[in-house]
Amino acid sequence: MPSFIDHIIGPRVEQSELEKHSIRYGTPGFLLLIARVMLLVSLFVPFWHMELIAPQYPENLELTAYINHLAGDVAEIDSLNHYIGMRPLNEAATLERTLGVYIMIVFVLFLELASWIHSRWAVLLILPVLLFPAVFLIDLHLWMSHFGQNLDPDAPLSNSIEPFVPPILGTGMVGQFKTIARPGTGLMLSAGASVILLLSLFFHRRAYKPLMKARKASAS
Amino acid sequence: MTRKTLRNRTLCAASLMALVSGSTAWAQSMTDVQSVAKERGLSTAELLAAAKTFTPTGMKDEYVIFSSGGHSGQVFVIGVPSMRLLRTIAVFTPESWQGWGFGVGNEILDEGNVSGKENRWGDTHHPALSETNGDYDGEWLFINDKSNARIAVIDLRDFETKQIVKNPLFINDHGGAFVPPNTEYIFQTAQYNVPWGADYAPMSEYKDNFRGAVTMWKFDRKKGRIDKEKSFAIELPPYWQDIADCGKLVSDGYFFLNSINTELATGGIEQKKPPFEAGVSMNATDYLHIIDWKKAEKVYQAGRTTEIKGFPVIPLDVAIEEGLLHLTPEPRSPHGVDVAPKGDFIVVSGKLDPHTTIYSFDKINKAIASKNFSGEDEFGVPVLDFDSVVEAQVEVGLGPLHTQFGPDGYAYTSLFLDSAVARWTLGGQYGSMNPEPDWTLVQKTPVHYNIGHLGAAEGDTVSPDGKYLVAYNKWSVDRFVSTGPLLPQNFQLLDISQQGTEMPVIYDMPMGIGEPHYAQIIKADKLKPWAVYPEIGWDPMTQSVDPYAPRPKMERVERKGEHEVEVYMTSVRSHFTPEHVTVKQGDKVTWRITNTERAIDATHGFSIPVYNITLSLEAGETAKIEFIADTAGTFPFYCTEFCSALHLEMMGYLMVEPNE
Repeated sequence: MPSFIDHIIGPRVEQSELEKHSIRYGTPGFLLLIARVMLLVSLFVPFWHMELIAPQYPENLELTAYINHLAGDVAEIDSLNHYIGMRPLNEAATLERTLGVYIMIVFVLFLELASWIHSRWAVLLILPVLLFPAVFLIDLHLWMSHFGQNLDPDAPLSNSIEPFVPPILGTGMVGQFKTIARPGTGLMLSAGASVILLLSLFFHRRAYKPLMKARKASAS
Repeated sequence: MTRKTLRNRTLCAASLMALVSGSTAWAQSMTDVQSVAKERGLSTAELLAAAKTFTPTGMKDEYVIFSSGGHSGQVFVIGVPSMRLLRTIAVFTPESWQGWGFGVGNEILDEGNVSGKENRWGDTHHPALSETNGDYDGEWLFINDKSNARIAVIDLRDFETKQIVKNPLFINDHGGAFVPPNTEYIFQTAQYNVPWGADYAPMSEYKDNFRGAVTMWKFDRKKGRIDKEKSFAIELPPYWQDIADCGKLVSDGYFFLNSINTELATGGIEQKKPPFEAGVSMNATDYLHIIDWKKAEKVYQAGRTTEIKGFPVIPLDVAIEEGLLHLTPEPRSPHGVDVAPKGDFIVVSGKLDPHTTIYSFDKINKAIASKNFSGEDEFGVPVLDFDSVVEAQVEVGLGPLHTQFGPDGYAYTSLFLDSAVARWTLGGQYGSMNPEPDWTLVQKTPVHYNIGHLGAAEGDTVSPDGKYLVAYNKWSVDRFVSTGPLLPQNFQLLDISQQGTEMPVIYDMPMGIGEPHYAQIIKADKLKPWAVYPEIGWDPMTQSVDPYAPRPKMERVERKGEHEVEVYMTSVRSHFTPEHVTVKQGDKVTWRITNTERAIDATHGFSIPVYNITLSLEAGETAKIEFIADTAGTFPFYCTEFCSALHLEMMGYLMVEPNE
């Protein structure tokens, strides 16, 4: 059993070696720390914006998605969406929004753990965090197409609108509305964290691969 | 330089201004401006006026006029300099666009019932914006009804009338509404006097039984209502008390009120007696009333009042004894009395005297302190010696009525008979503010026609803005395309931003919706109205959320008893919920309806035919209406306000099942 744990957390670094190559061994952990801070900050800022532009809304309509809630002109957008039979926005991604904050905290713990693991297993902890922004966008797109393509056939304007999927990034048209969707600071932070995590994997490999090799060699 | 080239040069300058103010992406040149001007016969001055007033789409006005509506009973809100009507505010008269008096607002209109009789119109004369430290604060508006002596309170968060109070003592007022610098009270004074409470007495008893009064309505700013329990009146001689003004700064605590009919004329043309118009104008002077209202408040609080018609009144003898009331002569048939910005001068204009008479508050104070009286009137009120209180007299022209002030030591007086606005200089502390000598007429600009009141931007506050002045002309005669024998009045905008003799008319606004008297002009950015009601289920009558307001998913029709039904309805683009409401003939129906919208301008109307119901429900607003469903039938109710693409579909049916 101890050898199993040993196997997972990988080789420890000698104190003398650490002092000699503090940058080499410090970099992966430092990058993971930055990524953790970025993820924690992202909890408080918007992940995604959509702006809806139409003549009768001189100040435009805004929809803002946070990790756990929607903000902006939700009521007005819902009120317009009822004409085409789209379900209320707050019925979308309820599970994701309920769990979002907890998932993010788990991610932060993963990275915390990862900074203690010097074996290849660290990849398992880092990879889900690294993929998060992509998963977020894919999930958003799926919800958008689900909502846009499952319109109530009994809605007032169901005869005059085709099912549609507004782009989750960039511009689109729905009725008289031009939609402009762009990532929010939260998503940027999360994407930035992914880049940093990639780097951390590189530096992780550079620091600990030789140690792993050495251990393997000494074991055989 | 020939006249033509001069004209062309100035035309170019004006065109440039027009171009700059309306700059667009289109390739336009000054030649285009010139050719349009030529085609329409516009002079350079007129092009310049257009550049000063034209307000392209999206540009907002710098000032807002709150105008009385005369016997339309309403208030009008107008932008300056565009002179566009922004909206009307229904006050004493039911108005169906605002749904005022057709299911909603009836309780407030009923507060204005007189002797149990419905009175569904008013004669609004003098609006008064609430003030803080002598400056408009943009929170409240008060206005009087001359015909039945009532005062209305309007909340400027939603531009709606919240209260109407009927004066229990008199039946007619002209001096109202006026407020002191911190709006502690709203002043209302009787004009055509009657016995207390408009009881019957023969005209032969005029002197003994007819009475004048000034009522001080306590304004509770927190509640936004007049507090009748803390209000009182001061008895005055039965002169026709006319317009008034409150002192400010040095004269804060005083109320100046002029009067006509010190002759105590009672008319009777049919009996070959002098008609009122002659009898009331006989004396060379009438009386300016000087009332120490802060002292009066103390006398009221000390309980030196008599209860008349259930209302506390300081009797005239007490007012004299306590030194609350002094008179001083004012020449002839005075109309306007206006306190200068620093509170130091009181300007009175006599309709039949070509002068304005300027009283010094300092001199009035000294005359009162030294008891420098020229005598008493026939009711025992001390009369201050005219010469000892007058500071100056300025000959301004014929038929001077009202005065407003600018920031640069100018006073502006309307001249009814001359059909002109006079600019003249004040002396004293104001003397150095402009190049002209003190107490001198500077300019007279003709207006069209028969000007009554006038208003300068914040021109009756402690800090007038100048810039704009509006002549509220009574007649328009030939100014507009004819609309038959009843013509609009004419609001004329004057540019008073230049000193000296430059004071041109730059816009004419036909006023074809009422007969305004006074109007005040406030800086637009002082107004902080709500864009939508703060929360869904908002009751504008209480300015709070109504716990009974219908909410989404709680809509229902509920039978409460054998003959009572409650309807809980919501409205949102583009449907009412429920859409079918079935009741039995004779049911008492209580119908609550909430507009659940949050978007700006998403107003829904709601109307039921036959039952004389029409409401205007602004975003968030809830309303409660009650009626007896006494007529059986099938009644489509619908949204009267074009709210959305499917507005026509926004309807439902009220079905009243007939009794067998």
